[in-house]
Amino acid sequence: MRDAGAAESPPPSSNPALFEMRGVSKRYGGVRALQAADLTIHAGRIHAVLGENGAGKSTLIKIMAGVVAPDEGRMLLDGEPVKFASPSDAQAAGIACIFQELSLIPDLSVADNISISDPPHRFGLIDARAQRRIAEAALARAGADNIHPAALVKDLSLSRRQMVEIAKALARKPRILILDEATSALTAADVERIYAVLKRLRAEGLALVYISHRMHEIAELADECTVFRNGVSVASYPAGARTDAEIVELMIGRELSAEFPPRAPHAPPDAPPRISVERLNWGDGLRDISFRVHAGEVVGLGGLDGQGQRELLLALFGVLRGTSGRVSIDGEAVHIAGPSDAKRRAIGMALIPEDRKSEGLMLPMSVRDNLSFAALDSLSRMGIIDRASERDAVARIVRLLAIRTNGTDVPAGALSGGNQQKLVIGKWLMVSPRILLLDDPTRGIDVGTKQEIYQLLRELARGGAAILFYTTDLDELVGCCDRVLVMVEGAIRRELTGGEITEHALVSSALDLAAAPAASGAEVRLAS
Amino acid sequence: MMVDARYWLRQNAGTLAAFAAFVAMFVLYTANHPAGLNANVAQTAANKGVILALVAMAQTFVVLTSGIDLSVGMVMVLANCMASYVVVGGIAGATLGVAAVLAAGAACGAINGLIVIFGRLQPIVTTIATGAVYYGIALALRPVPGGDVESTLADAVTGRIAGVVPSSIVLLAAVVAIVWWPFRRSVVGRAVYAVGSAEVAAYMSGVPIRRAKLVAYTLSGLLASVAGLFVTFVTYSGEASAAGGSTYTLYSIAAVVLGGVSLFGGSGSAIGAIFGALMFRTIGDLLFVFNVEPLWQPLFQGLVLLGAVCLGSWRLLRIRNRLELYG
Repeated sequence: MRDAGAAESPPPSSNPALFEMRGVSKRYGGVRALQAADLTIHAGRIHAVLGENGAGKSTLIKIMAGVVAPDEGRMLLDGEPVKFASPSDAQAAGIACIFQELSLIPDLSVADNISISDPPHRFGLIDARAQRRIAEAALARAGADNIHPAALVKDLSLSRRQMVEIAKALARKPRILILDEATSALTAADVERIYAVLKRLRAEGLALVYISHRMHEIAELADECTVFRNGVSVASYPAGARTDAEIVELMIGRELSAEFPPRAPHAPPDAPPRISVERLNWGDGLRDISFRVHAGEVVGLGGLDGQGQRELLLALFGVLRGTSGRVSIDGEAVHIAGPSDAKRRAIGMALIPEDRKSEGLMLPMSVRDNLSFAALDSLSRMGIIDRASERDAVARIVRLLAIRTNGTDVPAGALSGGNQQKLVIGKWLMVSPRILLLDDPTRGIDVGTKQEIYQLLRELARGGAAILFYTTDLDELVGCCDRVLVMVEGAIRRELTGGEITEHALVSSALDLAAAPAASGAEVRLAS
Repeated sequence: MMVDARYWLRQNAGTLAAFAAFVAMFVLYTANHPAGLNANVAQTAANKGVILALVAMAQTFVVLTSGIDLSVGMVMVLANCMASYVVVGGIAGATLGVAAVLAAGAACGAINGLIVIFGRLQPIVTTIATGAVYYGIALALRPVPGGDVESTLADAVTGRIAGVVPSSIVLLAAVVAIVWWPFRRSVVGRAVYAVGSAEVAAYMSGVPIRRAKLVAYTLSGLLASVAGLFVTFVTYSGEASAAGGSTYTLYSIAAVVLGGVSLFGGSGSAIGAIFGALMFRTIGDLLFVFNVEPLWQPLFQGLVLLGAVCLGSWRLLRIRNRLELYG
């Protein structure tokens, strides 16, 4: 397959670049999202962009699509420098982007959506017939002529919406089409159609930028590849020039950057597991999930972003409706009806959410109020809060977590991000959880605070808590966890224990290389 | 063709439901009215209903952007007070006066829009504040009720055409044809729906968000001033009534909800809001023909409103089943 791919691609020199990015950098606050990135795109080619979570791919395409402006660097279209102040500028230059988060308007019809950026009009009034013709043509071009142009977008399934999104991009007659994980929501039948459509567009001379985590898609479609790592474009090469193992190496290629507390010597105890999950299902989001976590264990959830890790935590916490399967705590089957049920003494479950601003904290309220919310039951008598015991409990947590705050009356919003995250954790420590679920708890906080949080997790585990820990940071999975469950498309694809937890193993199982036609498991193992 | 009709029904379900509910209530009303449906009954019902219908239309524009305009009633009061000075002096003078009042109303709306867009303030706060300012101006114009209006114009607008059709209904139809119909089909109208339905997606698609909002607020002010003119034609005078302004503002929101316009923005139509307004008015009339004490009127209006809101959230409840967090 690789040889065939190489033969298809004409030599790059024969083909002047259609679009180039030279030394493009972008920072968000103190975080470096993109650092002197280069990218060269040719007409009539499919260019795959690879990289693990947070490698800078999304920032790169946002810059190409005019959504964010780069801090430094140049962009050239047909060799001429260009600048995009807004998405409309990029569209005018012939760049259309299909984003991971859909850009469709749910309350408008398919035809309305396809023509949204420039509806056909006469005297300021939209020409409904012309719009209908445009929609029918665009849907046919996207291989989706079975979608009715008058249907409301909100009535369509996710896969159908994605097809409308592609039709909408094509209706703008772009020269460059960017697809960001465009197939992630598609059904198998739609994926087949899209492959055929993309190959036809390539033959018509469009430049396609294709971002995907699915290695077999890249093997099937790509002519050229660029790998990103930590905001840097580390390598560009013709498709088929590297093995899957080499690509994984390019995507990781870095030192462990954080220090982790030593793991506790861990022997599987005779007691029943603290939490045991059997055949948990939730629509298409979670498939046949079974695992156990013992007291004193830290179990990581790995895999690419959005493979059902977050949903798994929410399902355990009783937030999702319509789940099936069996959850047992200390060997006894339980039904958890919701967060207030989950924190009951017999269950003692706490969830540290990912989005601390909307789900974890009430920012305008004081540090004290935020900390005591979850524990109010034990701090009050007959519905009246006992101020003295509240003050003592809050002071203890502030000391334990070393939360840097100017007293407990300041609003939570006045604290730094790291201290806010400690507040979220502290809030649940007030109830002494027996099962702690964490959803990417260290995202966007500084290294020092991260170390303190790792330390704290270990202490909690030593104190007898069972910890289930989802993180997008590979280092943390390697450094913090006794076991890692790697999730792909809502199912646990692999379980790694102790020494098996390496970056290589995590990335290859997250990319599901065993299932990719071109990959060979032996190659990957050799390299690691 | 059949398929198209099905999608059309789906898209206009709220408006059609409001229309059906109004027709049902109005038939019940006229069937029980001692005099039955005659030109007089229709004229009175129309004149009462059209003012609220105009204010509800005004509210619709802003609600479609997922905003809310709490100054519509005050713009109406201001237009009423202004009209009692300028809509005088023969047909020529009165026509100029009408144009001046409409321009002032549109300006009030545009000010709301500019503050919301460039001041980045929430619509609810902005319009409470500007509403108070507009009322203040109205009060300065008319500290005590009074003034005059060109009576030939007033009688023509509130009377009957050919002795049968209430002219106010014709006026309302004209406003729909001149303002709503082109808006609904215009590029900027599409943008208003897009902004209200999914602002980020609209931005990503290159939709002119600011222009859409400005047009929505301006049209809201314009229609509120049409309502103010109509009040002047009915009362032959101007009155800076704070209670009147506030009541119309709140009723306009009720009418919009009854008319199937989503308070989250992006769906519904001003036609629906008109029937919502007429329905809201008919509740009062129904109580009258059934000899219920007028004291009960607010209670019944409230119950009908609650019922409508519950119907509207029925679908939302079913969505929550899947994923409570995002429901």
